[in-house]
Amino acid sequence: MGRVANKVALITGGTAGIGYASAELMCREGAKVVITDLRPKEGEASAQKLRDQGYDVMFVEQDVTDETLWPKVIAAVVKQYGRLDILVNNAGVGEETNLEESDLAHWRFVNAVNMEAVFMGTKNAIKQMKLNGGGSIINISSIEGLVGDQKFAAYNASKGGVRLFTKSAALYCAEKKYNIRVNSLHPGFTQTPMVDNAVNIFSAADAERINREIAVGYMAEPIDQAYGILFLASDESRYMTGSELVIDGGFTAH
Amino acid sequence: MGRVQDKVCLITGGTAGIGYASAELMCREGGKVVITDIRPTQGEAAAQTLRDQGYDAVFIEQDVTSESRWREVLAEVVSCHGRLDVLVNNAGVGAGTDLEASDLAHWRFVHSVNLEAVFMGTQNAIKQMKANGGGSIVNISSIEGIIGDPRSAAYNASKGGVRLFTKSAALYCAEKKYNIRVNSVHPGFTKTPMADSVGDLFGPEDIQRIQREIVIGYMAEPIDQAYGILYLASDESRYVTGTELIIDGGYTCH
Repeated sequence: MGRVANKVALITGGTAGIGYASAELMCREGAKVVITDLRPKEGEASAQKLRDQGYDVMFVEQDVTDETLWPKVIAAVVKQYGRLDILVNNAGVGEETNLEESDLAHWRFVNAVNMEAVFMGTKNAIKQMKLNGGGSIINISSIEGLVGDQKFAAYNASKGGVRLFTKSAALYCAEKKYNIRVNSLHPGFTQTPMVDNAVNIFSAADAERINREIAVGYMAEPIDQAYGILFLASDESRYMTGSELVIDGGFTAH
Repeated sequence: MGRVQDKVCLITGGTAGIGYASAELMCREGGKVVITDIRPTQGEAAAQTLRDQGYDAVFIEQDVTSESRWREVLAEVVSCHGRLDVLVNNAGVGAGTDLEASDLAHWRFVHSVNLEAVFMGTQNAIKQMKANGGGSIVNISSIEGIIGDPRSAAYNASKGGVRLFTKSAALYCAEKKYNIRVNSVHPGFTKTPMADSVGDLFGPEDIQRIQREIVIGYMAEPIDQAYGILYLASDESRYVTGTELIIDGGYTCH
């Protein structure tokens, strides 16, 4: 009996990194998993890799910033599996911001993917989950939703927004007695394609500053975040809502 | 293969409530469990209940406020199992404080159990864990280590102290590269003997106020806290240190 046996999980940005690690772990623990991504080829390949291990997995192409697509994605999940128990709002972009040079288009792009998509995903998931008796929504924020970084103004704002939006949504669902829990996960630096890209644009001084902050002295693996997501997704955390799970090797403890 | 397979786990206040639920869960997940308590009859009975289920559990009598006793308890654990992997500093007292009427003796009593014992337990566990290659220390704080309560001045101070002491100890161990993680758990109101006794300290309007704050509308079961403790004890949380796990049904998110 897996820890999320027979639960139906939807994971955005499930093709690589934390999203893929979570998809694989939830599969291993008995879930039926739907991964979505902007990139259809990589998405199909990831889903196939999971099916090759004997898991029940479907890929759906999705631009998480498209409002009209969200109800269709949820409908596709329900058509295939009859319900939705878990949503992991994982898709995100790790763009750097130069506070003096950047324009509103940049700001809106970062906030559209990292924050607006979380709003739309949560909203659409609630509408389905309340029909099937409850669920768990996990919004992937960041340690950058807790502490500032001078090079990541838009990212900071979007992830800070996710942190508090999560609490508001948790309270909303509790008040309505929907039995839907909403929590945020705050990964520290983790070895993912997104962080690889970000690290490439860091100066030596930035890299040194960041390394100093990681108390344990090394970056996380995606599976370290996935175990936290699994805990929040499973009924083991049934009394947790509106809370924050920080997995950061001590980055924000000082 | 359990989630804490063959790990040696020491749980203070392990006779009832959250401590006992954690002991039972860790046993189920393959841990070798040592529970301590100030009450020998109840402690032996609790360990026997676990052994009757086929688990590896022993009881050691301990007043957690005794400095010399901590060294003896650690030595007993090591003589019994050869190592120490997990310490749950769970023993605590839930005293109400009348801020104007209370004296220093009351303040010191609450702090000796809730805070000084956590310091001594952490200190002694580190000394053993570094000798056996690492470990995980879980300090039970409270939501009252995050938010204030007008009737719990000493409890608030002691639990707030546990919250920040935990971060300091986590950073200390990371700096020393001991591979020892230190985290705090912050339970909301949970159906335990301690919470039952709080009913005697608080008036009806206090109870009403507290119930309004628990947004999901009911108290936690000890097992809800135990699952969080298990996660922090296991290697699934190997990248988690210096952080706070809040299991409170949304109490502190508004």
